[in-house]
Amino acid sequence: MTAVPCPSAPHFPSAAPGELLHTPLHSLHLELGARMVEFAGYHMPVQFPAGLMAEHTQTRQSASLFDVSHMGQLRLVGGGAAAALESLMPMDLQDLAVNRQRYGLLLNDQAGILDDLMLVNRGNDFLLVVNGACKQADLAHLQARIANLCEIEPLGEQALLALQGPLAASVLQQLVPGVQQLLFMDGAAFVWEGCELFITRSGYTGEDGFEISLPGPLAEAFARALLHHPEVAPAGLGARNSLRLEAGMCLYGNELDASTTPAEAGLLWAVQKVRRSGGARAGGFPGADRLLAQIDQPALRSRQRVGLRALERIPVREPAPLHDDSGRQIGQVTSGLLSPSLNQAIAQAYVQPAFAAPGTRLHALVRGKPVPMEVIPLPFVPSRYHRG
Amino acid sequence: MSVQFSKDHEWINAADQAAAVVGITVHAQDALGDVVFVELPEVGKTFAQGEVAGVVESVKAAADIYMPVNGEIVEVNEALRDDPSLANSDPLGAGWFFKIKLSDPEQLSALLDEATYTAFTQE
Repeated sequence: MTAVPCPSAPHFPSAAPGELLHTPLHSLHLELGARMVEFAGYHMPVQFPAGLMAEHTQTRQSASLFDVSHMGQLRLVGGGAAAALESLMPMDLQDLAVNRQRYGLLLNDQAGILDDLMLVNRGNDFLLVVNGACKQADLAHLQARIANLCEIEPLGEQALLALQGPLAASVLQQLVPGVQQLLFMDGAAFVWEGCELFITRSGYTGEDGFEISLPGPLAEAFARALLHHPEVAPAGLGARNSLRLEAGMCLYGNELDASTTPAEAGLLWAVQKVRRSGGARAGGFPGADRLLAQIDQPALRSRQRVGLRALERIPVREPAPLHDDSGRQIGQVTSGLLSPSLNQAIAQAYVQPAFAAPGTRLHALVRGKPVPMEVIPLPFVPSRYHRG
Repeated sequence: MSVQFSKDHEWINAADQAAAVVGITVHAQDALGDVVFVELPEVGKTFAQGEVAGVVESVKAAADIYMPVNGEIVEVNEALRDDPSLANSDPLGAGWFFKIKLSDPEQLSALLDEATYTAFTQE
């Protein structure tokens, strides 16, 4: 069924042909000397003058501020929202406590991943944060499938900032008293300068940190207030990518796409037991038969996501093919770089399940030459979430 | 003036045509960002103008290094291999990549002088 939103249904902002959208922090980025690129239809900073290595290290040692306002924020309202979301996703959302956040996956009828997202139960609604490049399609999908079950409201004027790093909490606490009490994956509403913010203690770096949803017109002042603290520096999409890769996280479009199931992607930890075979609310989402079968019978999976490290100091990037000792292709790299924290070449890849065990040796072809690699467990850099 | 430039954002100093020095320009290293890895050609290998002789990689991407002229590699910069950041901090000096023994010096006349190259980067 083609998802076609009704003509009067609300949309996310879209740019005029040939133009890109600006986030509320656009002029601040330019003032800070950011190098801007096109991403998800927006002008976005890929790096600031400090550079990718410094921004990455800053995040692991101190605190970095990311503008992620290009991402799609929307709220689902009504008593039927949790069940409606469960009809589209293999997650437990009916028992997600108020002010708790969860990672989610929107699936198609083959159990392929349409998008990965974060959901918070705010009591009076669910707040969803979806990928910028997918937000128009996600909204259309929700409107086509569950508009009769709950109200769907895109928050096109809402900004999103991420403050990440070991010093993030102590800085944010100074602006927004009470945030330090949040534990990993908690969310809560706060007030700053008379305006409401919604803050979750989570992120995309593996470090302790926060994501702050706030009205667009407030974002620049809030960002400046954070940047005023010497522990905080701005960081762009380049560092965001190197950090999440080290943290073993997926990037939609690289590790995740519509042809990949949560089982193949190694994301079954996000599929709570109640939705699996034998659970009280087993199935009942698109692709359920296929996903539940892949959970119950791992032999049905044709590939598996793994972490790799190169045994020589040569960066191995997507889409490098992976070969076994006999020269047969058995996989492909989906993301790779020289890890700034580990100073070695790391990659995420899909391999045939027989090659997925840690310790397995294989090689990547880089510029026609074999680079020996070894499967190692994810994450590459241990996470440091604040669980109390 | 013995330093010339190519449209691939490389410079060559052919004051000594038996050991002309090649590197990337200030513009190139700025566009790349932090250089984290370089792959240098084998000493003794011969390349034609335009062939890929090496690779320079930043955190985010890899870029080919092309031969600006025909020649044989006579030396590579081991210091750069050990510390790729020299390509950012001193691209015109200590961040040199390799030295070529020119086989066809007349190819130099087709390369750009500094003023022409600078104008090219501003297009």
